[in-house]
Amino acid sequence: MTVFLVIIALALLAVTGWQLSKIFELSKGPGADSTQIANDNDNRKQARYMLWFMIFLYVGMAYSFWKWSKLYLPEAASEHGSQVDTLMFISIAIIMIVQVLTQALLHWFAYKYQGKKGNKALFFADNDKLEFIWTIIPVITLAGLIIYGLFTWSDIMNIDEDSDPIVIEIYAKQFSWQARYAGEDNTLGKANVRFIEGRNNVGLDESDPYGDDDKITTELHLPVNKPVLFKFRSQDVLHSAYFPHFRAQMNVVPGMVTQFGFTPSITTAEMRDSEYMVDKVQTINEIRKENSEILRAEGEMPLDPYEFDYFIACNKICGEAHYNMQMKIVVETQEEYDAWLSEQATFGEFMEN
Amino acid sequence: MSALATAPAHDHHDDHGHHHKQTFITKYIFSTDHKMISKQYLITGIIMGIVGIMMSVLFRMQLAWPEESFAIFEALLGKWAPDGVMTPSIYLALVTIHGTIMVFFVLTAGLSGTFSNLLIPLQIGARDMASGFLNMLSYWLFFLSSVIMLSSLFIESGPANAGWTIYPPLSALPQAIGGSGLGMTLWLVSLAIFIASSLLGSLNYIVTVLNLRTKGMSMTRLPLTIWAFFVTAIIGVVSFPVLLSAALLLIMDRSFGTSFFLSDIYISGEVLSHQGGSPVLFEHLFWFLGHPEVYIVILPAMGIVSEVMATNARKPIFGYRAMVASILAIAFLSTIVWGHHMFVSGMNPFLGSVFTFTTLLIAIPSAVKAFNWITTLWKGNLQMNPAMLFSIGFVSTFITGGLTGIILGDSTLDINVHDTYFVIAHFHLVMGISAIYGLLAGVYHWFPKMYGRMMNKNLGYVHFWVTAVGAYGVFFPMHFIGLAGLPRRYYTNTAFPYFDDLADVNVIITVFALITAAVQVVFLWNFFASIFYGRKATQNPWNATTLEWTTPVEHIHGNWPGEIPSVYRWPYDYSKTNEDGEYVIKGQDFVPQNVPLQENEEELNH
Ligand code: HEM
Ligand SMILES: [Cu+2]
Ligand SMILES: [Cu+2]
Repeated sequence: MTVFLVIIALALLAVTGWQLSKIFELSKGPGADSTQIANDNDNRKQARYMLWFMIFLYVGMAYSFWKWSKLYLPEAASEHGSQVDTLMFISIAIIMIVQVLTQALLHWFAYKYQGKKGNKALFFADNDKLEFIWTIIPVITLAGLIIYGLFTWSDIMNIDEDSDPIVIEIYAKQFSWQARYAGEDNTLGKANVRFIEGRNNVGLDESDPYGDDDKITTELHLPVNKPVLFKFRSQDVLHSAYFPHFRAQMNVVPGMVTQFGFTPSITTAEMRDSEYMVDKVQTINEIRKENSEILRAEGEMPLDPYEFDYFIACNKICGEAHYNMQMKIVVETQEEYDAWLSEQATFGEFMEN
Repeated sequence: MSALATAPAHDHHDDHGHHHKQTFITKYIFSTDHKMISKQYLITGIIMGIVGIMMSVLFRMQLAWPEESFAIFEALLGKWAPDGVMTPSIYLALVTIHGTIMVFFVLTAGLSGTFSNLLIPLQIGARDMASGFLNMLSYWLFFLSSVIMLSSLFIESGPANAGWTIYPPLSALPQAIGGSGLGMTLWLVSLAIFIASSLLGSLNYIVTVLNLRTKGMSMTRLPLTIWAFFVTAIIGVVSFPVLLSAALLLIMDRSFGTSFFLSDIYISGEVLSHQGGSPVLFEHLFWFLGHPEVYIVILPAMGIVSEVMATNARKPIFGYRAMVASILAIAFLSTIVWGHHMFVSGMNPFLGSVFTFTTLLIAIPSAVKAFNWITTLWKGNLQMNPAMLFSIGFVSTFITGGLTGIILGDSTLDINVHDTYFVIAHFHLVMGISAIYGLLAGVYHWFPKMYGRMMNKNLGYVHFWVTAVGAYGVFFPMHFIGLAGLPRRYYTNTAFPYFDDLADVNVIITVFALITAAVQVVFLWNFFASIFYGRKATQNPWNATTLEWTTPVEHIHGNWPGEIPSVYRWPYDYSKTNEDGEYVIKGQDFVPQNVPLQENEEELNH
């Protein structure tokens, strides 16, 4: 595939070069119009190219949507996520309609009104009615989008404390994530970077009794259909906890605690079994197999086959290994979750060992 | 209200017998003549543009073929590409300096500096800028800041690599990333000087437009270029000082132990003493400039496009007053939307709602402008000069890129596309490519005014079409990988097997980028060869109405050999006819601004 594309690129470059040399000769040739100002002939030709360009644009857009729409993330794995997706699809539909119409007008006019000697342009400087119409249409459309957007936004961002969410701290540092569960008391113990010492690597205040039963892990497990409230803390620079599959993201800011809450709604197992994911993983594994063959031929280690897992990716530039700051997320049933959690050591136990 | 607000022309220059002796140095180097300064800006901008685009080619190659070895990496990056494999740290440095150079050095100084300098005096009918000396100083400060920025590429610890937004703490702590040592110091010094340069320039533009308009040139008779440059300068004066203060506070945090932006940090095994600062404060300060900055970049391009489009459509720009009003509305709104870059920064969600509201408001004047340009083409007599093609291309990319702003400006949707390739696609189309098209349209259109020669149109056509196809080829597919959740500023995506199926899209993007970058050589050739060998230009090659075309082709100090022309009409009397359907001036489809109202001509109030 890659080689193929490179060949196409080189071929295109060669064609360009050849065309250039031709044009260059033409532009020097005797009798050629050398004012360097567009004449009727240029106007006709360039106008025609405008039409071709419009076709290129539409074919390109159609092709992109046809080929790459499937790259859009799978069905949202959180409760609020489907609202986000609905708004996203409405917005994409609206902007694509506007895009198709305005680009058509632009390029069609550019073609239609190509200049010709003797033609007269219309002196058309103003029209209040037209301008009113195309001010009011965006106003109404945008008002609709704003209202929908704002309701959803406040839904997502205002965390309902009465729903008794599980509180989990997400702790970021160059270049890894940790999760801290609040334990039996569902209250996180106090923490600050100034307490970091030895094994206490997230800076828990050892004198705070609430911290004793906290559990610190390097994988994030979540029970399905239970609201979770994340509290984010960073020990060094800005990071951003990006949960693409849950339509959630929040920056992690040293010196302050930020938060984001959502309710996971699809377990890892269910997601792996979804048609979307089966397809995607299959494609990915084919690609990996191909790449492995190349690697093997070069005497290097082949790639492992891939199995889907949710993840947090760091999405705020945070240093050299920013591109590889990730944590696995497992969404599971309540029983599985309880079982997993009970195996994790509490902070108190951890410090004693 | 057209002819009322006329400022007197300053005619102290009119006795133009005394020519100062010009040496090579005063003429070409420390020149105070706005036309020469404009060329200096343009050439410097072009050189910076070459560097910036080369960088994007290099990091695009890394993205398409991650961690592969290329001889060109080894040749250009030296120790930063051992065995020809780019390192993560230089990848981030290339991205950072690419962004910085393109936004500030090419599209702020290169675009606004070139054309404000060239056109403000020429189009308003002034002998020169209000202060030639400050103008010269402004250019040389810009030059100095360019040299410092480029010199940071050669230092031992590497150039700044915390992203062009230089968010602390990353940009404040050399322990966090290598480029935040001397590299970041040079970056900050360079930008501080750049801001000083920009402020001097802007103040000069504002004063010149307000005070030095020729007789009859009321504000409502200003070409839209001048309106755009004027308002751009005002936005610059309002917002650049805020960036300067952010930079100064950051310098203090870095070097003098203050804690404006730093708090509770544990790094390389120790706790830093900084306490109480907030990185979010920096984000507010940065984007208070940063967002207006994108309009500082795009407004001059809009002005140029309006002017070029009217001239080549042989039609008045549609809705002159609406165009001016929307420039003003955009300028005002641009100062209250910065928070849309910070929806998930941890700031109060209520603020997010406010910024969503103001952001979507700014879409309205932008939409009005797009419709007005399209209507300007309607029933025109379009002269397809290269400048016109780039103007049409501008409207196309501005619409495509602007529409996705509706998604990013909506806080709900931004949660999931913030800092992904969707953002890269959006701002490159709406700001990067569009502004570059505006710049190129300006160069093709005013080249005869700058150098007295014509650029080759056929090379211009090739340049345009390959660029137009290539730019969409690069940036349209990026939307899709962004919607797939691919974060930006990743050295490679191979750490996430989940993204493996995006690899071939990345290859396609890079192939288009290589082609697009390559075809810019055609432009460079055309530009530099035409300076020396281009066909000699006539005085008014595009049959335009504005005053710059009433000056002689050979540049003279003071612009007009005799008296400064007076102005009797607005700048868009193209194809204006009398009641009998005849052109106002028989056989000529345009009436220059310095031509008095003709007999039985009706003055229209626009
Ligand atoms: C051949 C043309 C160009 C290509 C292929 C290109 C490509 C890119 C890519 C892929 C990135 C994102 C890298 C990453 O986040 O990992 C980027 C960043 C950026 N580009 Fe370009 N670009 C081009 C021209 C421009 C222009 C004309 C501008 C002018 C506004 C521009 C401004 C920026 C900025 C501001 C950034 C952000 C830098 C940062 O993340 O710190 N680029 N470019
Ligand atoms: Cu990170
Ligand atoms: Cu903005």
